[in-house]
Amino acid sequence: MLKEVIFSGFGGQGALLIGQVLAMAGVIEDLNATYRPTYGFEKRGGVAFCDVILSDEEIGTPVIENPEVAVIMDEASFKRFEPLVKKGGAMFYNTSLISSKPTRDDIEYFEVPCNDMAKELGNDKVANMILLGAYVGYSKAVAMDSVEAGLKAKLGHGKEKTIPLNRKALEMGAAIAAK
Amino acid sequence: MKKLMKGNEAIAEAAIQAGCKCYFGYPITPQNEVPEYMSWRLREMGGVFKQAESEVASVNMVYGAGAAGVRAMTSSSGLGIALMQEGITNLASTQVPAVFLNVMRGGPGLGTIQASQADYNQMTRGGGNGDYYLPTYAPSTLQEACDLIQKAFDTAFKYRTPVGVMVDATIGNMMESVDIKENVQPDPSIPDVNEWCIRGGRREDGSVHRIKGLFNVPEECEAFNEELAKKYDKIRENEVMVDIKDCEGADVVIVAYGTTARIAKQTMKLGKENGLKIGMVRPQTVWPFPYDELREACRDAKGVLCAEMAIDQLLQDVKLALEGTKPIATYHRLSGVMPSANDMYDACVKLAKEAK
Amino acid sequence: MGEMIYKRTDFLKARPTHYCPGCTHGLEHKLVGEVLEELGVIDRSIMVISVGCSAPAYDYANVDNIACLHGRAPATATGVKAALPDSIVYLHQGDGDLLSIGLDETISAAGRGENITVVFANNNIYGMTGGQMAATTLIGQKATTCPAGRDPHLDGYPMKACEMIATLTAPKLVARTALYDIPHIIQTKKILKKAFQNQIDKKGYSFVEILSTCPTNWHMSPQASMEHVKNEMEEVYPLGIFKDED
Repeated sequence: MLKEVIFSGFGGQGALLIGQVLAMAGVIEDLNATYRPTYGFEKRGGVAFCDVILSDEEIGTPVIENPEVAVIMDEASFKRFEPLVKKGGAMFYNTSLISSKPTRDDIEYFEVPCNDMAKELGNDKVANMILLGAYVGYSKAVAMDSVEAGLKAKLGHGKEKTIPLNRKALEMGAAIAAK
Repeated sequence: MKKLMKGNEAIAEAAIQAGCKCYFGYPITPQNEVPEYMSWRLREMGGVFKQAESEVASVNMVYGAGAAGVRAMTSSSGLGIALMQEGITNLASTQVPAVFLNVMRGGPGLGTIQASQADYNQMTRGGGNGDYYLPTYAPSTLQEACDLIQKAFDTAFKYRTPVGVMVDATIGNMMESVDIKENVQPDPSIPDVNEWCIRGGRREDGSVHRIKGLFNVPEECEAFNEELAKKYDKIRENEVMVDIKDCEGADVVIVAYGTTARIAKQTMKLGKENGLKIGMVRPQTVWPFPYDELREACRDAKGVLCAEMAIDQLLQDVKLALEGTKPIATYHRLSGVMPSANDMYDACVKLAKEAK
Repeated sequence: MGEMIYKRTDFLKARPTHYCPGCTHGLEHKLVGEVLEELGVIDRSIMVISVGCSAPAYDYANVDNIACLHGRAPATATGVKAALPDSIVYLHQGDGDLLSIGLDETISAAGRGENITVVFANNNIYGMTGGQMAATTLIGQKATTCPAGRDPHLDGYPMKACEMIATLTAPKLVARTALYDIPHIIQTKKILKKAFQNQIDKKGYSFVEILSTCPTNWHMSPQASMEHVKNEMEEVYPLGIFKDED
């Protein structure tokens, strides 16, 4: 088993966080995992993306040149990664913020208006979780319970009360992939 | 048990598990998680963390603690390591053990904060004065980085020398599942530190321990240099580490270390899929360098591809190893632009064709 | 047999020093040695040696010692103390080492309140390298890099260590003394004792500046050098206790 995915957005959108949570979920399931973040000097605003690889074998390069799946949160990331997705792969993109239209016919596209959906849930902050849920629902890379456990581990003590809302966001995303 | 950890934090934890008792450091990206982690974790484990006023101070604090026979370390990135060079040659000359972690960023000068391997010359050739070397490990995965920083402390104390560990910023900043060996005991062959370290006062026989690198008499300094050279010969003899893969009957052998070597593994896979036999020699120590092992491993190859995130630095050692016996091509990306397995593969194909 | 009323301090080895006639470095080592002996801490004392005229002091210290790079003695002492918190650390630094190349380490160690004792031999000149201007060189004083005398418009003004360090919160004792007559020698020893007592009691950082002589590079006799300290140096570097906290 080998899963390679890129999460990308602008700094502050939480692309790096969901990458980390996915990697943690992988380790919880006894998989090998790598998470490689790329960002600039600034904590917010610049492009921030991460490569996440899960495998039951030893992982070679942690760098993904052509991802099976790209999960895209903003316009700039769409333009950057759309050409790089592997033939036959998939792209999840945030139609709440991205106006670009798909240009390829050899990959599958999933429209996820995650900011609007998050507002429906009452908290804009979980937009990234909806995208992560969509990816997990599509790839079946890990079980959703492992994602929840990974998130708990990442958030640490004192934030447990946000877990049910995040779980809801994850499920909402997964439902899109199931369509 | 495997845990998902950030590179810099995992390396720091591994150092503590290998008995590191004192850490001194100055913030510099991309290694800030090392001092941040040490600031609470080392103290929790009964050690001492000090945030130094500069890298110049860090290395001299390490000197003081190392002189007392304690496992001490610092970490930095190329610019900071540059500031430490006087201290590193001083540790070599006073024979004080310590470990230096360099999480490499792009240079020269301020450069970038992203991954690079352009400090190869800095670590293997050094910027300090005099006839000294810095034995240096160059791990490729986070697991190996943890294992080798633990080994670095043993090497430092076995030979009473400063030892380097260099990783590119990818390894420092990525997260990976690792299994850190806990409570690692020192190699039993390490001589008792009490034979040389300062403790305060003097021994029962009235003798005093002096840690010094200054000589009044040229002949004494010359004799010391000859002794030091013998020590480096011993390190060359015993401490070379190299990982050799699929070199027998290979068309092309890639020489690479660190993250570049991981990317090269992907290139080897592409070779397998397309019928080009690609092997790899991956130095795990860059000083001492595996010259003989490299030459031997490349025996069957039509050509050798030297891949690095630097311009022709590793190449110098590859040339010294091959002594003109094989065509050598190079592939590099720089300053945080990651090497591409596909491009590396294309370079292999081109080399194989031209070398025929 | 007569009664023994004076003996060489056990802190120093029984051998002559290389210090020039009339230089006060030797006297400073001796006073520190007597103090450490009287306090009963010789068996855990470490001498941290800097670069300057006192660099070869590793041949005199009869206790464990460590020779530092130029300017870095406070950092190295910080490391020693981190590893050996119960050791008694004696730093001996000159004006080039402490004030110029090592100012960052000096101020930072003082600011952190490292539990160490710094003895600063201020002789207004670079002795070891042959008499160049120091940060402490007096206005008008001749040196090989200000042969016409220090001109404040070209070379700035003398820097005052005690006054700077006393502005910091952490230091417990900051004092300037001299050695030009017996009362001042006795006073210096008293202050040194307090400075090391502070360290023994783990109170923190102590700094003792001693106005020192350099007959060779001042081109003065030992006697005239002492007069110079009293009449010229003291005017710019007033003696006194700048900070003394319990």
